[in-house]
Amino acid sequence: MVTMLKNYFKIAFKVFLRRKFFTFISLFAISFTLVVLMVAVSFLDHIFGKMSPENKQDRTLGVFSMQMKCPSGDCTMSASGGYRFFDRYARNLPGAEKMSLFTEQEKVYSYKNGDKIESYIKRTDGKFWEILEFNFLEGGPYTDDDDKNENYVAVINDTTRRKFFGNDSAVGKTIEVDAQHFRVVGVVADVPFLRQIPFADIWAPITTMKTRAYRDELIGSFMAIYQAHSAADFPAMKAEFQARLKQVEFPDPKHWNQMYGLIETNFEFFSRSLVHEFVTTRSDRIGPTLAITAIIIAIILFMLLPTINLININVSRIMERASEIGVRKAFGASSRVLIGQFMIENVLLTLIGGCIGFALSRIVLRLITESGWFPYAEFQLNYRIFVYGFLLAIFFGLISGVYPAWKMSRLHPVQALKG
Amino acid sequence: MREENFERDQSMMNQTSIAEATALPYKPPTTNAIELEEVEKVYRTAKIETVALTNVNLSVRDGEFISIMGPSGSGKSTLLNVIGLLDVPTGGKVIINGQRIASYSDKNLARVRNEQIGFIFQTFHLINDLSVVDNVEIPLLYRKNLSNSDRHKLALQALDRVGLHARVHHLPSQLSGGQQQRVAIARAIVGKPRILLADEPTGNLDSQMGDEIMDVLKGLNENEGTTIIMVTHDQRQSEKTERIVRLFDGRQVN
Repeated sequence: MVTMLKNYFKIAFKVFLRRKFFTFISLFAISFTLVVLMVAVSFLDHIFGKMSPENKQDRTLGVFSMQMKCPSGDCTMSASGGYRFFDRYARNLPGAEKMSLFTEQEKVYSYKNGDKIESYIKRTDGKFWEILEFNFLEGGPYTDDDDKNENYVAVINDTTRRKFFGNDSAVGKTIEVDAQHFRVVGVVADVPFLRQIPFADIWAPITTMKTRAYRDELIGSFMAIYQAHSAADFPAMKAEFQARLKQVEFPDPKHWNQMYGLIETNFEFFSRSLVHEFVTTRSDRIGPTLAITAIIIAIILFMLLPTINLININVSRIMERASEIGVRKAFGASSRVLIGQFMIENVLLTLIGGCIGFALSRIVLRLITESGWFPYAEFQLNYRIFVYGFLLAIFFGLISGVYPAWKMSRLHPVQALKG
Repeated sequence: MREENFERDQSMMNQTSIAEATALPYKPPTTNAIELEEVEKVYRTAKIETVALTNVNLSVRDGEFISIMGPSGSGKSTLLNVIGLLDVPTGGKVIINGQRIASYSDKNLARVRNEQIGFIFQTFHLINDLSVVDNVEIPLLYRKNLSNSDRHKLALQALDRVGLHARVHHLPSQLSGGQQQRVAIARAIVGKPRILLADEPTGNLDSQMGDEIMDVLKGLNENEGTTIIMVTHDQRQSEKTERIVRLFDGRQVN
């Protein structure tokens, strides 16, 4: 068996070298497809995978968008949630251990020694630091008491620390941000831009917002996250949230009298956005399903192209090798043995393409990381993606080898010998 | 049923194991290496029916060297393919070394071809990407329980018998026509088959090379008792064989 395999490998390499252009096309198709898929998976992993500080994603839900409608239903106002809504109607959901409110990140500017520093600031309550597990490099977080007392304190990330203070410690020092002054109480490791829930450069208490108008808003710039005891609590939380929406008292019901929103996982929100379903009770079931289905279909279609290409190339290669197949059959190779040889050649080619694809994926991801297009992002191949990609390569090889191998096995030796 | 017939025939025939490939071939009870009874081969398409062979009755004794002659389209190659189990007759019986082949599966036919029959083709059919010794080893790849070194040793022995021991690592493209045909002969005999089937082995060679090849074949037949059936257009070469079978329009005429 080992001898046979060695011989198969030997012949496979000779076949690859015989038609260099076809081999190149095949390898290019396989490796390019794998690079695109690996990069896409890496992105998805980066956005949705388990990553600090979002270590409790499996039991965290959030409210990321809300909608109000007028009595006729013809007009809508869409935005994030309002502070008033969350504070008055959305606290203490059954099954929720903790709840945090925070704003979307806002771009702000600071000036230091004549240099303009651009940052993103996020206003949060104290529970934010309990639900999300940031990696504190210095100091610690502010608390709900800081928020209640309107203390102008801030947590900054490591990059912001370096921008303001170079290599020095930042805790206890003051930074000026958008004409406000904050005392730094903590420094955290940078959080990737694509992790939209925790991401910011500077975090400060909600009460440090420049105006107080947010307190009366049903729709505004706030989001909420809820940490449940476990995912088993999700259905009850979702049901209760829908019930709370119906309890909302509108200040001007002639203009707005209906409220819609969903409490959902980050991925559910993403997939709902993807299919443009918005804020109906139906969409929370359809959105994620459609998104996953769309992703799977996209992957399959994307794989189909090089697979079909490989099938065509392999079929034409078989016809070229008809004489060889005839000789082997004449000298005692059964159809099964020949199919085995051909499949091994195909899988080998796919594996080589897979290795090239992995190497290229690492290079591409490194380039994307270093490009700075996505602040603080670190795209890399992890072992899970490696294994999926490896299995994908094997699957490629088998799928693209089956039909040509079957066709080859049906070649009559006499016809094959005629070429 | 097929498997039972095959296994019964194999147990009658091959008392020596594959590992003893260097031993002389086993002599079956029958003295006929090949028997064809009322063999017929008809090719049918949607519109046309072509009778390639009809009512062929042929017996070839063990150790005999015969040639098959006839005009183009007379069925010579078809007959050789039927004998070599590369093609299945439409009717009649094919018996190879006492084994009735009709009921054999694809896998068992492959095994019979591998162990008992060697082929020599007019256009050599060497695999250009493989060296001479790798080409010769091909039949042995499909035998079980043969180590790398044994296989290589047998291939070198076969090449030695055809006078090509100095060319083992050459590629076919680096050899002359005569040398390539010798490699093909070495490949055909490496597994010590009882029967050699040669389809116009000198057809692509000049007369001197053709004579050399015939000498090799004669040597195999006389020294080792190999049964050889050769299809040829060359009257001069056919006269070097023991018997000539003539075909015309798919029928034997002698």
